[in-house]
Amino acid sequence: MSFNIDFLAWRRVALIFSSIFLIVSVSSLFLKELNYGLDFTGGTLVELSYPDSANISEIRETLVNGGFVGAQVANFGSSKEVLIKLPGTVSDSLGSEIVTLLGSVSSDQDVDLRRIEYVGPQIGSELRDDGGTAMLIALAFMMLYIAFRFQSMFAGAAVIALVHDVIIVVGIFSLIEIEFDLTVLAALLAVIGYSLNDTIVVSDRIRENIRSMESDSTEEIINTSLNQTLGRTLITSLTTLLVLFSLYLLGGELIKNFALALIFGVIIGTYSSIYIAANALVMMGLSKDHLRVEEPENADENILP
Amino acid sequence: MKRYGLWKYLLIFAILGFGIIYSLPNLYAPDPAVQISYTSSSQSADSLLADRVKELIDDARFQTKIELEEDYVLVRTDSYQNQLLIKDILSSNLINDVVIALNLAPTTPKWLEDIGGSPMKLGLDLRGGVHFLMQVDTQTAIKNRQDGTLQDIRRRFREEKIRYNQANVQDDSSIFLKFNNLDALSKAEEFIIDNYSQFTYPLITNEDSLKLVLSDTEIEQIESDAIDQNLTTLRNRVNELGVSEPIVQRQGKKRIVVQLPGIQDTAEAKNILGKTATLEFHLEAQMDTPRSRKTSYPYRNGFGAPAFLQDSIILGGDQVATAQASFDENGLPQVNITLDGEGGAKMHRATRGNIGKRLGVLFVEQKTRTIYERDLEGNQIPVQESFEIKEIISLATIRAALGTTFRITGLDSPSESSELALLLRAGALAAPMTFVEERTVGPSLGADNIQAGIFSMQLGLFLVLGFILFYYRVFGIAASLALTFNIVLLVAIMSILSATLTLPGIAGIVLTVGMAVDANVLIFSRIREELKKGREPLEAIDAGYNRAFLTIWDANVTTLIVAVILLSYGTGPVKGFAITLSIGIITSMFTAIMGTRAFVNLIYGSKKDLERISI
Repeated sequence: MSFNIDFLAWRRVALIFSSIFLIVSVSSLFLKELNYGLDFTGGTLVELSYPDSANISEIRETLVNGGFVGAQVANFGSSKEVLIKLPGTVSDSLGSEIVTLLGSVSSDQDVDLRRIEYVGPQIGSELRDDGGTAMLIALAFMMLYIAFRFQSMFAGAAVIALVHDVIIVVGIFSLIEIEFDLTVLAALLAVIGYSLNDTIVVSDRIRENIRSMESDSTEEIINTSLNQTLGRTLITSLTTLLVLFSLYLLGGELIKNFALALIFGVIIGTYSSIYIAANALVMMGLSKDHLRVEEPENADENILP
Repeated sequence: MKRYGLWKYLLIFAILGFGIIYSLPNLYAPDPAVQISYTSSSQSADSLLADRVKELIDDARFQTKIELEEDYVLVRTDSYQNQLLIKDILSSNLINDVVIALNLAPTTPKWLEDIGGSPMKLGLDLRGGVHFLMQVDTQTAIKNRQDGTLQDIRRRFREEKIRYNQANVQDDSSIFLKFNNLDALSKAEEFIIDNYSQFTYPLITNEDSLKLVLSDTEIEQIESDAIDQNLTTLRNRVNELGVSEPIVQRQGKKRIVVQLPGIQDTAEAKNILGKTATLEFHLEAQMDTPRSRKTSYPYRNGFGAPAFLQDSIILGGDQVATAQASFDENGLPQVNITLDGEGGAKMHRATRGNIGKRLGVLFVEQKTRTIYERDLEGNQIPVQESFEIKEIISLATIRAALGTTFRITGLDSPSESSELALLLRAGALAAPMTFVEERTVGPSLGADNIQAGIFSMQLGLFLVLGFILFYYRVFGIAASLALTFNIVLLVAIMSILSATLTLPGIAGIVLTVGMAVDANVLIFSRIREELKKGREPLEAIDAGYNRAFLTIWDANVTTLIVAVILLSYGTGPVKGFAITLSIGIITSMFTAIMGTRAFVNLIYGSKKDLERISI
């Protein structure tokens, strides 16, 4: 694949596009907030499997009569599986009580317990804090590493791209009300890793070209670099998306949101490494002087393999 | 083109061989099995036990293999139904000195086992089971310790003839002592300073009293002792429950994680794990016992008027060596108790001089309840509060001095007697605990998760291999081999580290498959570029590998940083994902760079004037 696209000509359009996305994401986060899962809200969750289609309204009624007011009942994955949620509860015994109650009411004995989860209120808020901390630490480390390996402008550009990606993925989750739990948080951190992958490959090429190309125009150098790496960026995104779609389709209900977060993340990460990170470098005024004589050219020539 | 030394091929083959051998054990499906061991840890399983088991199961004619292992007898069977049936047969026929647990016994061949091969451990989300996180109420442990110290202080004040007005443990766990006169006060202060080093100074408050506050180091010590004792007790209790491969671990400062694979009845498990019940032996208070040294307790079964017992404890449940539930001559439940040497001596001393008086057995249990308090903004917030139940289970006349063995009657039901025996055997908890997190996964969901994991991995691998073979042809074969080799190596390393595989862990492997291609894509794109510039094929290959290396390195190191952060911050599912992701990144660097290079060199390296390469 070889390309000759004038990416930077589109950079104002991309800027507007990203701004709109960011504004929508941030306002959705403020207005609708995130649909936090049990891991973060605390509470009780029971998943049961019925031999035939489960009668949701009957189950709801049984629960209300049994004193479990405010229980959310819904199908999970298929019509036989039922998910019962009691967010914010503080007793650790509700799960087994619900199982006993529904087991005794059901006409057939084959109600199968799939899982019970109980998360106490302190644990929920701790997990939330730890998750946020982990995210910030990850960003800080990324910035340090790039500043060390490249140059501070690249670090700034990379972090702008990462923050852009994370906000938009979280925004999408808020917007379409997908549950945000621990696995989604892990996916989000993986998005940071992935998106940075892309950004580094592009930055690496820019650095190389700044040293080797004769042109003095940063725009031209960046454009050439983007075109040179575009083939690789697209292929890697494609193979990653292939495995993510197979996880989404076959990985089961527990992995679905994890895969979804990564799918959004990979798409946005690919876009941002082209338009956001490179754009940021141009805007910050990267020039040949910034990278002159730091390393002799092709210092890497004699390294493995 | 640079020559690829023989040693590099040898290294790659050695690592490949290592990967294949150590990932092999995962291909052998485990047998559903039942394992039987003696209750007391000092008695290891012997052929006698194996014979008893053999007898019982031969009768029922199951397809089984009975093996005598170091600590237990293992009954392997061919199906999960038979596994449960065998467990039922054994538990109804073997008397209660054995523990019977369900197990998944690995079927790793002997030669693999001999070189240290073993399959990966499966997480609870894949094999089913319970995960509990418990928080230890160390406040109560501190209070209990102060109660004990206060009793000691009172006794020694009597011996030293120091007179006090008032002595109690306050809500903030400090000990409060009030005196009649300054003389007693200063004597007491001097005595405390000389004999009790655990308190902070100064002690005097309000001119006539002492306030004994524990020092910070002492509090830390008590807390960590309490957690250690709870860990030991929990391990004992978990053993009694009959679980194979349980995990009981400290997490952070005040928490304990318990994982019980295969357990379904969480209510029973919680009941046994969280119980703080123990016994105390007190003499009955006499008419002349002063009010301040006796307390009235109700009967546990609800019958009879409350009775007064002396406050001083003869001994507590911690001095019970063994306890067995059985029935007395009238068929009523009882617990046979054997005390340890020290406990026997104490009991003998206490009962010898009190024949004809009555000995009370007090059942002590600490429970927690949730109460709601209002915070500053008026919101209701749940608070866990612990409280203590103390009830008399028997009050019987001492007919002769008691020694190390005796029995306790007055229990309600056989289940109560066996529970009490279990709790006495396993030891008491130093402090009550609350369950702050519980995750139970049923066996059917576990099996489904494994299926889902395998299917998604197969599809993902198939799609990616298909694509790169189509796109890169001969170089695609190299990349495909590297990718497959990468999974083998990842599984081998997971097995050797006995890391736990979880569903998010499988997701991590699948993701690694997608991302590991990146290194090859980078190299191959570079080679294509060099070819386009008009370089000779072999030079282009060389340049491609060399130029892509640093980029691959930088890109992978950053992902690895993220994975390591996840590993240190994450719990449960997140950790499983982080483990496979980090190992996958490392193995993929090796396979994608060295592995493909070796393959490419094997194919093209020997041809002197190569004109075309298939990329």
